Amino acid sequence: MILTNEQQALLDGAQGETMAKVVKTLVMYGEAFGAERMVPITSKYGHTVISFGIGVMKPVYALYDALLQAGAVSKQPFSADPRPLDKNIPASPLQNLVFKFMYSQQARYEGQLKALGLMNDQAFTCACYLPEAGNVPQRGEILSWAESSAVVYANSVLGARCNRNSGIIEIMGSIAGFVPEFGLLTDDGRMADWIVEIRTEKLPEAQLLGSAVGMKVLEKVPYVKGLDRWLGKELDDRACAYLKDFGAACASNGSVGLYHIENLTPEAAEQGDALIRPDAPVYIVDDAELERVRSGYPCIWKDMDAKPKLCFVGCPHMTLQQLQDWTVRVEEGLKAAGNRKVCIPTVFTAAPGVIQAFQKTEYARRLEATGVILSDICPLMYMNNPLSKKMPVITSSNKLRTYTSARFYTEDEILSKITKEGR
Amino acid sequence: MRKTFKGRVITPGAAQAEALVSHSGLNTLASYQMALMFGDKQVKCGDQNNPDLYKKPMLGKALCLPETIGSTTGGMVLYTACAMGKQPACMLFSKPIDSLAASGAILAANWTDAKMPVVDCLGEDFLNYVKDGMTITVSEDGTVTAE
Repeated sequence: MILTNEQQALLDGAQGETMAKVVKTLVMYGEAFGAERMVPITSKYGHTVISFGIGVMKPVYALYDALLQAGAVSKQPFSADPRPLDKNIPASPLQNLVFKFMYSQQARYEGQLKALGLMNDQAFTCACYLPEAGNVPQRGEILSWAESSAVVYANSVLGARCNRNSGIIEIMGSIAGFVPEFGLLTDDGRMADWIVEIRTEKLPEAQLLGSAVGMKVLEKVPYVKGLDRWLGKELDDRACAYLKDFGAACASNGSVGLYHIENLTPEAAEQGDALIRPDAPVYIVDDAELERVRSGYPCIWKDMDAKPKLCFVGCPHMTLQQLQDWTVRVEEGLKAAGNRKVCIPTVFTAAPGVIQAFQKTEYARRLEATGVILSDICPLMYMNNPLSKKMPVITSSNKLRTYTSARFYTEDEILSKITKEGR
Repeated sequence: MRKTFKGRVITPGAAQAEALVSHSGLNTLASYQMALMFGDKQVKCGDQNNPDLYKKPMLGKALCLPETIGSTTGGMVLYTACAMGKQPACMLFSKPIDSLAASGAILAANWTDAKMPVVDCLGEDFLNYVKDGMTITVSEDGTVTAE
């Protein structure tokens, strides 16, 4: 890799041993992917995936202490993934005891984040790219982010450029102010390797389609045809919410960092089929294929007929429009079933900024009346508690399904369960 | 039968260990989170979506896999495993390494004392040939022998 004089000086220790190790780490990272140079980060804000102060992560805290002691802090403010705890989420006394043990380092870690350059006390969400969360990169900007669902959204829907960086590496990029140029930062790396043809009878469930595509293409770039038939050709609130959930499932069920949607996402709308590599294989998705993928999901509940004790909607965090739409759907579902409150304890999760905006609307009071709990936590962090793992928890999130014991249902099924069936 | 493969060195080192093979992508977070969080001494794989590895001990094994997948905490998780001495003996990738596994390996090499050689680009033949329990020997130059 060819470094500038300033970068070489950093590597040689001009700003101390710790900064030299940061740059060496970034150089080795780039060299593993054939990067020939570093490029400056051009976004206003960074984003880190590590937001949780789990006791066992002592090596991470030690590393961050070393960075801080050496004065190696982020050159840009950054947001972080959601906090792990909220006392409003139902939990037994024993579960709460385990949470206290598990996240014993939360205050210490948040102190480290603040010292490293956290945007503000409310900057905790996986959906940092939503306008209410305040970290919206512009098209073409170079990012040093981690959080698979945020990276794939920033690349695909916003047209920014970011690799699927790991936690810690993303902070090191923000500290150095530059990242190695490879993969999704290059024009060639953004070409589509796969064509996905949608031949379903209706708009496929975003979280199911994303799962199918992620499992098929793994880390490759898919170009999806036929989705604009239902989503239209404008990136409106509905389309963006759909793509947020689709991308999160692609990224967690596979490792997709960028997708193109024909006639919709910015690069596909501009370049069309020219974005597709010659001889790209075709993956046809019809209703039977989605059912095949879904039927392959393992479920590790001991009692498959157990009555659900909790329901999570909002992984990744919901948009303002999704909160409003779900409020109406829950109200209508309860009315049709002759119920006043949800039959299963249900939590909707969203960014603090989105919740603040939602609280200013008439929908907030209406959602509260249904019994649904609104929270800004990470459902995954809740499910990491081994006592939560034993609970029958249901979700419409394919990401939550992938990482935890939560059982997946489509949005319509979730709605029916929480408003009518209770099981 | 003994068979030799040549790959690319990501982080150097020599190792000899028993093979543990995943034919699908290793989800690092899902595989390691419970074992690390609750001090499982054998570091059993917690990823229910990976039938090759689920509930099998990963500590000290020669982990043979196509790539890693899933959450971008993956590199941090691998770094933490290495810093705690809970890492595999080596990681051997049939495909070119992915960004999360590379991050974890490079963070471990630069910021911990752990020794975990990582070799990629070993090819599909490697993953087709290697089986659980085989003895794997990794050399500094990226030569991998399975027998």
